Amino acid sequence: MRAKIHVYLKKSVLDPQGKTILQTLHRLGYSNVEDVRLGKEFYIELDETDPEKAKLQLEDMAKKLLANTVIEDFEVEIKEEK
Amino acid sequence: MKFGIVIFPGSNCERDCFYVAKNVVEQEAVHLWHKERDLQNVDVVIVPGGFSYGDYLRAGGIARFSPIMSEIINFAEKGGLVIGICNGFQVLVESGLLPGALMVNKNLKFICEDVYLRVENNKTPFTRHFKKGEIVKMPIAHKEGNYYAPPDIVKELENNGRVVFRYSTEDGEITEEANPNGSVNNIAGIINEKGNVLGMMPHPERMAETILGGDDGRKVFTSLLEMVS
Repeated sequence: MRAKIHVYLKKSVLDPQGKTILQTLHRLGYSNVEDVRLGKEFYIELDETDPEKAKLQLEDMAKKLLANTVIEDFEVEIKEEK
Repeated sequence: MKFGIVIFPGSNCERDCFYVAKNVVEQEAVHLWHKERDLQNVDVVIVPGGFSYGDYLRAGGIARFSPIMSEIINFAEKGGLVIGICNGFQVLVESGLLPGALMVNKNLKFICEDVYLRVENNKTPFTRHFKKGEIVKMPIAHKEGNYYAPPDIVKELENNGRVVFRYSTEDGEITEEANPNGSVNNIAGIINEKGNVLGMMPHPERMAETILGGDDGRKVFTSLLEMVS
């Protein structure tokens, strides 16, 4: 199955890149943009059919390697097979 | 005493550290390849600066899974002396030997310049030859040196003398202007609870001889010499 893991800085942590992008969007006239967080996305192909098992494994992978949980949060998204 | 200097793919300060250990403070020194598991009976492990694994994923985020790192973690847990400099500091926080994280500099730039540091704790094995409150000059060269830790951890570091170096003005004042990268409380270097693992962003090995602009950094190496007989 295919999955996506999003990793982004925690709300409590200053994101200087997101802030710079926010300021630039404001300069371009998009004044209603309230916040921007810059993150990373991992596209993962997994040889696993059980979505529950896959989710547990992906969360484990994110905690161990893909995210630094001191400063980052993550979300796991599993793509349903069509 | 014997210094062991780790080499990851992408390390680039290992020769400077080796040179200072061997030629400046005249001790035995060996390189430790990241795929090895033998620490060769060294007394001190230096995790040097550079761009281990190209800084892919996060600075230091992949190096911590190298075979040598599990040995270094065991070594540190038994009280062995470990210094992480720059990328080495990033590897130590990623590996959990030191708390917190090193984020992208506040100004988003790679900063390469000499900075002043105030020695906050000279009762560590790495800083015994400094005076408390001494102002020293060392270079920094990093893009991810913005030290962050949750407030409760920062409090713990501050209350227990675990902030070892702080970015300061030439007169020792701790100001925002003297803080090159946005680190919380101007933190430039910290030590673990047991006092045997030091992480610092500035490069003492690049400031170990007056012919190279100063020798303040040499004291980090000489302080260690009396620690092991």
